Amino acid sequence: MHINIILAGVGGQGILTIAAVIGRAALQSNLIIRQTEVHGMSQRGGAVQSHLRISNRAIYSDLIAEGTAHMILSVEPHEALRYLPFLAPESRIITSIDPFINVENYPEIEDILAELCRTNHPVLVNAAELAREAGNARTSNMVMLGAAAPYIGIATEQLESAIEDLFQVKGSDIVDMNIRAFRKGQELSQTQATEP
Amino acid sequence: MNKQLLLGAEAIALGALDAGISGVYAYPGTPSTEITEYIQKNSAALEQPVRSAWSANEKTAYEAALGMSYAGKRSLVCMKHVGLNVAADAFINSAITGVNGGLVVAVADDPSMHSSQNEQDSRVYGKFAMLPVLEPSSQQDLYTATREAFDLSESVKLPVLLRLTTRLAHSRAGVEPTSARIQNPLNALYAPERFVLIPQNARRQYNVLLGMQEELEKLSEQSWLNRLITGTGSIGVIAFGIAFNYTMEVRQAFSLDFQVLQIGQYPLPRKQVESLFKKCETILVAEEGYPVYEELLRGYFGADNINGRMDGSLPRAGELNADIIAKGLGLKPKAVMPVPDIVVNRPPALCKGCGHRDLYDALTTVMSSFAEHHVFSDIGCYTLGALEPFNAIHTCVDMGASITMAKGAADAGLRPAVAVIGDSTFTHSGMTGLLDAINDRSPLTVIIADNDTTAMTGGQQSSATGSRLQDICRGLGVEEEHLRTIVPLKSHLEENMTVLREEISYEGVSVVIAQRECIETAARKKRNKTAST
Repeated sequence: MHINIILAGVGGQGILTIAAVIGRAALQSNLIIRQTEVHGMSQRGGAVQSHLRISNRAIYSDLIAEGTAHMILSVEPHEALRYLPFLAPESRIITSIDPFINVENYPEIEDILAELCRTNHPVLVNAAELAREAGNARTSNMVMLGAAAPYIGIATEQLESAIEDLFQVKGSDIVDMNIRAFRKGQELSQTQATEP
Repeated sequence: MNKQLLLGAEAIALGALDAGISGVYAYPGTPSTEITEYIQKNSAALEQPVRSAWSANEKTAYEAALGMSYAGKRSLVCMKHVGLNVAADAFINSAITGVNGGLVVAVADDPSMHSSQNEQDSRVYGKFAMLPVLEPSSQQDLYTATREAFDLSESVKLPVLLRLTTRLAHSRAGVEPTSARIQNPLNALYAPERFVLIPQNARRQYNVLLGMQEELEKLSEQSWLNRLITGTGSIGVIAFGIAFNYTMEVRQAFSLDFQVLQIGQYPLPRKQVESLFKKCETILVAEEGYPVYEELLRGYFGADNINGRMDGSLPRAGELNADIIAKGLGLKPKAVMPVPDIVVNRPPALCKGCGHRDLYDALTTVMSSFAEHHVFSDIGCYTLGALEPFNAIHTCVDMGASITMAKGAADAGLRPAVAVIGDSTFTHSGMTGLLDAINDRSPLTVIIADNDTTAMTGGQQSSATGSRLQDICRGLGVEEEHLRTIVPLKSHLEENMTVLREEISYEGVSVVIAQRECIETAARKKRNKTAST
């Protein structure tokens, strides 16, 4: 088992929470993990990414080499494209289709979707809508984690138990809402996978 | 013990706690902030207690850590690379006095300047001070090396510099801690012959330090942080610090078997390096940072069997990665998908609703009425005012330089001379510059953007905010009628512009404190309050 994931988004969108859940689940599954984060100046509304590597053997580099990521998991469609050079052939993008527009020259969403559709079987997720259905738009990061879950190589129960661990200080309602969001993403991803 | 998922910075913190430190001293600075924050939140540290509040700057932090060591206890002092410039006087001279309780200086460098104004390499400072330097390459090694660094410090009676870079500081991995050691008892050292650095003592102590160098090199030769990964072939790599990870990644990915000498402790283990040179025809020197040891190994006249940053095999600037090392070894890069043309930059920006935005709206309008409209600024969130659409500030050099550069420009005849500095940066090293301006009666307006926190690094406690800032300015000698306070809100725009205009036109020192809480901190407080009710 060896998987490289590029997590992408804009500062404040919650990619580090996704990383924290996967990291915790990986550790509980006795896997080796490395996960980089962006702190400081660049996180203020800027593009942020996290390199996440999980393996059952030694991992040397904290950073993923170009052309070797098994997945780009993005909470923002434009940001997913920024890291294309990292994607391995035959690997896929899993991204939210909700644009986060804080720059004047943000490209047309149709153009972004067209670029995404040019990649290998992307999983495109209406994350904000599913998150609202789960109870709060702020859980869209957990929707995205759910959408990626079938491709991470860690058991669903481990991921859900990590979500529980992480959110339990905020109360059981918040835990349940995040689990609901996770499952909605997972369901959508599984449906898309079975479609021709 | 159970594995914990820790940032490299946090692994240092836990290593230091388990080594029995009695205090950590630091000023926030990316990528070093999380070391101190971990200790501040750690329940065992709170129980002990381990002293951990933020210091006013890196120099005060360093000196306090040295004082704790003098008293016999173990202390950790943390900073970013440029912070060591601020603490350099204390740092260099503490190598002359030596220490009593273990003293470890954790310095996080920022190659590629993710959140910094330069990418200076702290290993140069280590050489300069002639101290042992540790540079582990993984989170687990950071934990273990930090623990052992305190023992090393006490055995050689010298401070130990622990160097890491952004990537390791901000990357998580599972770390398995060992059981914690208890704190040292109070055992102050009466040794004026060491600690009173008048020339006669300093000369003797300096000779002691020089005499230690051979011993330090011997310790490097024996250190587990310096080791040879055996292999075959005529190419060898000397991989320093985190460069070891990238080198091993390439070795694994390309199924190669070249020899690698990992360096994680300095002074450089000369014998190990010599032995690798004997076995290999070509050596790639991979350093995360400056080509400090490449330069040394090449010598003045160069050596054509050495590849590295100086001959273009590796780029001269910026952080390394596996792709760069692969290229440096002459391996063919993979064909990869390009970034689509439609992708645009998304630079960092001031938050929506941030008070600095309203301050700059007022200031820029006022300044536009002057022929010369230079604004000297400083380091913090408000530095983002340099970017579009504000273009509101025109300098940012080092902590505190806004006030002193504006003063110098005013002395040269520039009118108006305006400085913008944050609350935390002002207490870090703006106060002394303001005193200079007052003593010189320099016509200067200092705007203190007081958002009640050290915001850029994530909202740490600031040394003085609100009325304490006013008291400091009064104490330094700012005249009461030219010490003004405004609230940077859209609804106060006209009023704020009037105050700024009045003070900027005053031919003397004036201070305008723009007071409004950071919206991030305010939102966090609100969330915590809701969560706790």
